[in-house]
Amino acid sequence: MTERILTARMEAHPADSHTLARYEATGGYTALRKALGEMSPADVAAEVKASNLRGRGGAGFPTGVKWGFLPEDLRPRYLVVNADESEPGTFKDRILLERDPHQLVEGIALASYALDVHHAFVYVRGEYPKPARRLQRAVDEAYEAGYLGTNILGSGFDLEVTIHLGAGAYICGEETALLNSLEGRRGEPRIKPPFPAVAGLYAKPTIVNNVETISTVPWIVAHGGRAYAAIGPERSCGTRLFSLSGHVNRPGDYEIVMGMTWRDLIFDVGGGIPDGKALKAWIPGGASAPWFVPDEHLDTFVTIDDCAAAGSMLGSGAVVVMDETTDVVAAAHRIVKFFAHESCGQCTPCREGTTWMERILWRILHGEGRPADLDLLLDVADNISPGLRWPPAMTTICPLGPSAVSPITSIMRYFRDEVEAKITRGATVG
Amino acid sequence: MADAPDQVSITLDGRVVEVPRGALLIAAAIEAGTYIPHFCWHPRMKPVGMCRMCLVEIDTPRGKMLTTSCTTPVADGMVVETSSPVVKKAQEGVIEFLLINHPLDCPVCDKGGECPLQDQTLAYGPGDGRFVEEKRHYPKPIPISDLVALDRERCILCARCTRFSEEISGDPLIEFVDRGNHVEVNTFPNHPFTSYFSGNTVQICPVGALTARPYRFRARPWDLEAVEAVSTVDSVHSKVSLEASMNEIVRISGVDCDPTNQGWLSDKDRFVYEHLLADDRVVVPLIANGDGFREASWGEAVGLAASRLADLGGAVAGLGGARSTNEDAYVFSRFLRGVVGTPHLDAQLDDGLAPEFAAAVEPRALIDDLDDADAILLWGPDLKEELPVLYLRVRKAATAGAKLVVVHPRRTGLDDVAAHTIRYRPGEGPALLRRLAAGEGDLAEARDALGAGKVVALVGRPGLAEPAELAEAVAAFALTLDDARILPLVRRGNVFGALDMGLAPTLLPGRVSVDDAERRRALAARWGSLPDGVGMGATDILEAAASGRIGALVLLGVDPVRDHPRPDLARRALERAFVVALDLFVTDSTRHADVVLPVAGLGEIQGTVTNLEGRVQKLNRVVPPPGQARPAWSILDDLAAALGSELEADAVEKIFEELATLAPAYEGLTWDRFDWAEGRDGVVVPLEGVTPPLRHVPSDPGLAVVSERPALHLARVLYDDGVLVRHCPSLASLAPEAAAHLHPRDASVLAVREGDRVRLEGVGVVELPVVLDPTLAEGTVYVPFNLAETAALGAVPSVRIDVVREAGS
Repeated sequence: MTERILTARMEAHPADSHTLARYEATGGYTALRKALGEMSPADVAAEVKASNLRGRGGAGFPTGVKWGFLPEDLRPRYLVVNADESEPGTFKDRILLERDPHQLVEGIALASYALDVHHAFVYVRGEYPKPARRLQRAVDEAYEAGYLGTNILGSGFDLEVTIHLGAGAYICGEETALLNSLEGRRGEPRIKPPFPAVAGLYAKPTIVNNVETISTVPWIVAHGGRAYAAIGPERSCGTRLFSLSGHVNRPGDYEIVMGMTWRDLIFDVGGGIPDGKALKAWIPGGASAPWFVPDEHLDTFVTIDDCAAAGSMLGSGAVVVMDETTDVVAAAHRIVKFFAHESCGQCTPCREGTTWMERILWRILHGEGRPADLDLLLDVADNISPGLRWPPAMTTICPLGPSAVSPITSIMRYFRDEVEAKITRGATVG
Repeated sequence: MADAPDQVSITLDGRVVEVPRGALLIAAAIEAGTYIPHFCWHPRMKPVGMCRMCLVEIDTPRGKMLTTSCTTPVADGMVVETSSPVVKKAQEGVIEFLLINHPLDCPVCDKGGECPLQDQTLAYGPGDGRFVEEKRHYPKPIPISDLVALDRERCILCARCTRFSEEISGDPLIEFVDRGNHVEVNTFPNHPFTSYFSGNTVQICPVGALTARPYRFRARPWDLEAVEAVSTVDSVHSKVSLEASMNEIVRISGVDCDPTNQGWLSDKDRFVYEHLLADDRVVVPLIANGDGFREASWGEAVGLAASRLADLGGAVAGLGGARSTNEDAYVFSRFLRGVVGTPHLDAQLDDGLAPEFAAAVEPRALIDDLDDADAILLWGPDLKEELPVLYLRVRKAATAGAKLVVVHPRRTGLDDVAAHTIRYRPGEGPALLRRLAAGEGDLAEARDALGAGKVVALVGRPGLAEPAELAEAVAAFALTLDDARILPLVRRGNVFGALDMGLAPTLLPGRVSVDDAERRRALAARWGSLPDGVGMGATDILEAAASGRIGALVLLGVDPVRDHPRPDLARRALERAFVVALDLFVTDSTRHADVVLPVAGLGEIQGTVTNLEGRVQKLNRVVPPPGQARPAWSILDDLAAALGSELEADAVEKIFEELATLAPAYEGLTWDRFDWAEGRDGVVVPLEGVTPPLRHVPSDPGLAVVSERPALHLARVLYDDGVLVRHCPSLASLAPEAAAHLHPRDASVLAVREGDRVRLEGVGVVELPVVLDPTLAEGTVYVPFNLAETAALGAVPSVRIDVVREAGS
């Protein structure tokens, strides 16, 4: 709770934490100076590996290991920062872009140096005009100050940074769809393998990392990987940002050390449920994540592995809290509708299945459900995500289709009686 | 583990099989006898794994995983389940998903009965549907071009059509629009799907979403009678299936022949059958009568023709045969030389290449040589316009990495995939060639690209105003390279077969020089006699006929008024001479005939043809000829009989046997060879071990540079006003607007703007609107050949341009 790595500057200097002057005045770019002056690229990569930092975009893959997947002999390599933050409930990268963009720029420079990258891209969600402006301003300032461009800080290292705005598709947050979009193609996920580390942007080896992940790199280089690894639980070390929303007294972004319980996060950090209402369920890691319920999960630890063991994920750190007044069928319908709307339409089960599930839920929600719809709903879901297990199997190209299954399996598992009641008693809304 | 280095062994549903290393699992499984259902995968396109129908379970260290077999290469030791309960459930799920929005209007769908969605629903579907909601609706069908209609409700979004357009034909005019459940295939606003290859998308569509407008509602697939043949629209000879209903050909489909078309056709190949059904097809013998013709009996027409030919002794010449079968061409050759006794005959109209070069150039390339060429030199026609399926093959090779060098007076269809494009003014080709050979200045890189490894040189005439000898010069340059092979480019249907049958003044059947005494003796022994000396070629024949030295012309499927570089000369010749024409139509040429004899066309006869690489393939017959039309060889046999000679041409097999005996390059071929597996893709002649007497190694003819301005670039377009296209209603409207194309700088010197009119004087005078073309070499005017409005211009090195000023402006 006390540790502040990513948000210290914006907390202390809310008026100008985004400016180069403030960034430099608070120790900014010293990590870059240190790396370029004293460290080899391999040294920088080794610190990141030693930090045990796990990707903050959702999958939680160890960053240093991912960096190690780049083939030795292929150049050019690219770094792409995924700032297409669009998972419903997630708004953590936004503050990093808006309020501490130089931290990200320095992270990009450090990561690029470590990876022998000379052109990095930041793909910013199109609905983030202000974050994009702030980031562009920071990049411009960094070029002017010699932190980007040619011969950075006299080291001989060159780096170009290009900022690209998305056009409003959730799927472009999926890394290969993002690469397609960046190349000017339709934002559709690619078949893997090959993975981007081998053939990514323009078919060149590419590392795609989340904003928060890269923003953490300056601290790691400044303080050492071991210092980072020492914070919090061993396999979920360091701090990370959580976006709390829904029925909590204090919604917002919080930087916390992992390892507390969900009870701590919702009731201490978030201040509990408004108006003394009871907690009914929460989504622990973004709309794609299966839900948690108080009876089973309040004392589960907030770590990547504990959440996975409990059948869900920390994902992008978006925690959506639902109190006892929540119509879970309406909530699930809304999420499924989101995924149906955001399906790229490329593969059959996702394109047809998400829409079909949305329409079945709509019927149930509007009193037009039939008893057979419960089995139908689960079977359609099973045809997208065979076995309905976690982590999901899939008949689809990418995990978007199975993401739409999560709210359905969640309500059928924990609230089946409420769904059945909608069918037997008829509509409660509309 | 597999023993052979190019094989791996996999376990397929418990059965261990050896499969080619690197193959995609789906292809390897199907080859090994285990069918895996699929919609989006097509063996000639890159896999995309979108439809998800080909999911299989593969053992991995993390357990069994569902994976698309179309995107997974085989690996040694791979264990695959193609029909496990999990796979079957996934297949049923995909079928159900595809059907929930499919209209199931199969009874009125062209695809019904040959529909992969129908077939796979039967074999792999769940058997019932659980979808109770309203299906997706779109207005339908919408015409996306003059030839193709799109029904978005039937579409299962496999992207075969869009991928074909981008990956294979290189004209991505259709694309996925919108996303999710609203994805649809469509054109871009105001840009119709005007691809020369659009019909392929209809053929590969796994449902009835794309239909061919000429074929819609014409037949049910199970009523179609089909035979294999090749397209004789151009000299590539793409393999086709001719499909007939009620004795009419109603559809032509592409057949995958690996060495030639690989399944693809141009729309001209595909829809050309319409000319066979044209109302004005000549179906009875005609005899000139005043300004027109009257119908006659075969006896009267043949009798009249024979008596006049007999009267004229040897003062007779023959033109044509390049649109006929080898058997027709052979009999024409024998008829003219052996019966009529004339050495004057030509299958080309001075619009092609030197006969020795086209027929016997050494070393000659196969189309397949493109695939492993390091570099390709194209100095000839715009392949997209003249030989569109060859364009696809070159495009494929170039996108796979062969360095393509294109030399042409203006932008060609292949420039997008070319490593180097070189422009020049027609007439200045010889100078450019010397500079290219020396790698001078800006040509150094192109010269370097040609300098290493295997080179295929595709050589022909970029335009008709350039001399045929240019190709010889280019080929001679190519042969100075390390490892080059030549593919001569002449478009017309069976021109290579016709030359091989001796339809050129300098050639005897089988790639034999007319000077070859030994071969002459053998031929004379069989034919009875052989005229002495080298006869005249097309232009000299027409000159002689126009001046009365030649009294009669026998035309076999040839239209000199439209196709000869000097239309005025052709017209005068035909007006003066006694003309016997064997044709399908009364054309601008045959309307000057005294006797028109109706011949049978594609699908109405059997025979063999020979493509530009020397590949002999067989045409089969699926419908009877209309009216009294007959094979040309049979008509010529009657004419010979009326002249007192016996050709014994009473069956096409017998003619083939005769030519295979007498034409050295065809030695060893047998008629039934094409019906068996080894001959189904055709047979390249000469067969191994057979050496034809004539082997033409190109040498530089030392062409003079012509630098008169403005140079004329007169080049063919795919849809012209030629006799075939004009008689195909679906294609005729696709001909481009006739125009004089000028470089903007030349236009500004002339003070003309786009749309202004200019008068061009060549052989004749034409008046055309101006189109600005910045890709054209400066000092050049490009005019599409053989459109109604350009036909009179003729092919001359340079033209005079006058601006037509409106009175008072």
